[in-house]
Amino acid sequence: MKKSEQKPNTKTGDTFKLTRRRALKSGIALTAGGGVAGLTGGYLAGPLAGSVHGQGSDRPIRIGFQVHRTGIGAVYGRWYERTSTAAANYINSIGGIAGRPVEIVPEDDGTDPKRGAEVVEKLAVQHKVDFIYGPLFSHVVIGSAPRAGELKIPYFVVSEGYHVASGKLNRYVFQPGITDVRAQITSISSWVMNNLGKKVTMFFPDYAFGYDHRDYFSAEVKKQGGSIGELLAIPPTESSYTRYFPRIPADTEVLYHVMVGPGVLTFVKEMGEHFGSNRPQIFGFIDSLEGVDIATPGLDFLEGTHLWEAFPRYASSSDTRYSKAFRDAVGVDANGASKDDPKDVATYSHMWGVWETLFVIKEAVEQSGYRSRQDYPALIETLESFEWFNEGMGHPQGGKKFVGALHQCYGKQHISRVANGKLNVVHTTSIDDGMYEPEGDYRTQSL
Amino acid sequence: MISGRTRRIVVLHLAIIGLLFVLQFVLPAYHHTNLARIMVLATFAMGYNILFGYTGLMSLGHAMFFAAGMYGAGLCVYYLQFGAGAAFVLGILAGVSLAAVFGLFALRTTGVSFLIVTMMFGQACYLTLLYFNEITLGDQGFTVSGNLQALHQAGVGFAYSDPDVKFNAAWLVFAGALSISTAIAASPIGRVLIAVRVNEERTRLLGYNTFAYKWLALCVSGAIAGAAGAAYALLFSYVGASFASILYSIYPLLWTLLGGAGTTLGPLVGTGVMFYLIDLTSGWTAAYLFIVGGSLLALVLWFPQGLMGAVRARWARWLP
Repeated sequence: MKKSEQKPNTKTGDTFKLTRRRALKSGIALTAGGGVAGLTGGYLAGPLAGSVHGQGSDRPIRIGFQVHRTGIGAVYGRWYERTSTAAANYINSIGGIAGRPVEIVPEDDGTDPKRGAEVVEKLAVQHKVDFIYGPLFSHVVIGSAPRAGELKIPYFVVSEGYHVASGKLNRYVFQPGITDVRAQITSISSWVMNNLGKKVTMFFPDYAFGYDHRDYFSAEVKKQGGSIGELLAIPPTESSYTRYFPRIPADTEVLYHVMVGPGVLTFVKEMGEHFGSNRPQIFGFIDSLEGVDIATPGLDFLEGTHLWEAFPRYASSSDTRYSKAFRDAVGVDANGASKDDPKDVATYSHMWGVWETLFVIKEAVEQSGYRSRQDYPALIETLESFEWFNEGMGHPQGGKKFVGALHQCYGKQHISRVANGKLNVVHTTSIDDGMYEPEGDYRTQSL
Repeated sequence: MISGRTRRIVVLHLAIIGLLFVLQFVLPAYHHTNLARIMVLATFAMGYNILFGYTGLMSLGHAMFFAAGMYGAGLCVYYLQFGAGAAFVLGILAGVSLAAVFGLFALRTTGVSFLIVTMMFGQACYLTLLYFNEITLGDQGFTVSGNLQALHQAGVGFAYSDPDVKFNAAWLVFAGALSISTAIAASPIGRVLIAVRVNEERTRLLGYNTFAYKWLALCVSGAIAGAAGAAYALLFSYVGASFASILYSIYPLLWTLLGGAGTTLGPLVGTGVMFYLIDLTSGWTAAYLFIVGGSLLALVLWFPQGLMGAVRARWARWLP
């Protein structure tokens, strides 16, 4: 990360814990005490790190993990769980949270909003966890968040949905580990307009996730002097797309697609058959292809097209040491697949959010002095005072701006080009590219 | 004069309702809220049971009535800031209205055709919710807690986030549905519905307008399912299209089959057993649905009439 992007963490001007100065101090102090759990812009694990646990407290920090083990989100859930386990192991290896070991308590929500609310109840009331985190799918988040608010337990989602930043949930819900979709769309729009073309036709799923793309990207296109040729909303039950392609205006310069679900393979294949070699520029979101090998037969037509990525799936020489360490810790190879099974492709542009969220919890606990549930108000106010997370082992995707009023973080995004069945990053946005006018302020709600 | 059977039925059902009320004072917090959820979902199953268990009409689209109640109540709170009472009534009206109109078309079919028609209408309703996404916020859904004012009675405010308010509201809805369900089952109308289930042709030959009775059963079923949907939206603060999906048409069928189709208490037993079966097994393994499926198979093999059906067949033939 550039030095110019290093900023104070809190409104009071206190520098964030993960600075080199603090790291050095911590390192010296811990080394003197016989333990090594220093912080070096991030964290370094030491062989005696486990002894640090003894400094803190008698009981572990228990974090409930609401995971999509089954249902439509199972692919994401599998990788979220692996990442969660890796992050917890790593945190424990560097001394836990405030000297206390971390214990993850997973519960499957079946990617169902009804069960999601029940899981929140189970984790908070029966398992008596300190915090809950982990859900991805928007309907599950929106279905579960009210119960978290009623139970007054901090609830950290890793959804990328705009529902948190829109101000429509409650004060106990945070999304500090992954950028929301509105910011993603806003941040990449100018590059797409300036490099691929200004006459855009959009393919998007005909439900709320697709509408976020339709609304926010369309607005950016118009703001930047471009035009929308056609908005093609695809019903979720559609299994063939051939009847939509003739509706693409002939003067379309950019085809924007975000097609989530198994239909994406058919979509790409039929798009290739429709256009042949004479096609417009094509830009899409990796959401469609998370967990899918780009070199899968049938996806050949994506060669030369561009995709948004939050965290580049393929390793490159420009990866930071934190990025490399994260990839290694979660067991992903240079091609973005499991080290144990090259066919098991990771959901690499989302799963890092789980890792970073756990580290935000760690940071909030340590800075607020949280000990038990009665300290929730202090913890929430501390979280809301955060303004910046430094790049490091806690935030391997990059530094993040955090807006306390919206309970939402903002990070850099990447645009990659498909070449030889792989993704190569061609542009990285700045964090400010994705910022927008806030629509709410959770801090006005009572605790 | 009240017969001995009727007295037994009344005493048993009042005892069950009373027991459920008392449980709120002894259950741990987690099971306290679980029971509130179970009572709301059992109300949905009771509505289903009137159509399936008593009248013999198997529906695979009952989620549309639950969703009608849920959206009828939820949209009124979300957009029009209705109070809970008015929203609840509108939820019931939405459920019964949909059932009344739907019945005029669907009840022209029977058997497998009825099953398919209900499934098609159910899917059409689900897709309608997605189609009008800008109003219904379809797949993502919406929360109502921010728009729902606390209930004020005698100068005291009752917030719906309060576990006791949640429990007692769910209990009232359940008690009302069980009372209606039991009254119907024990009444002459209930006997005609059972006659339709056993042999519709013969019932018609006896002079009964079986279409009217089936339509009535569907309307009552839709009203109770709508009440359950409205209660779920208001008490658990979420409205979403997933509740209109086919999964939520299969659930009440499973709950009813498990508990005992054509028994008044079967839906409560089936919903409770299934709820805890999922809750417990999902904590052990991601393959919990395999265990749930195996358990259902075992029940079908050894208790084909469901749990309460088996109780009725072996020990208490007077159970309605």
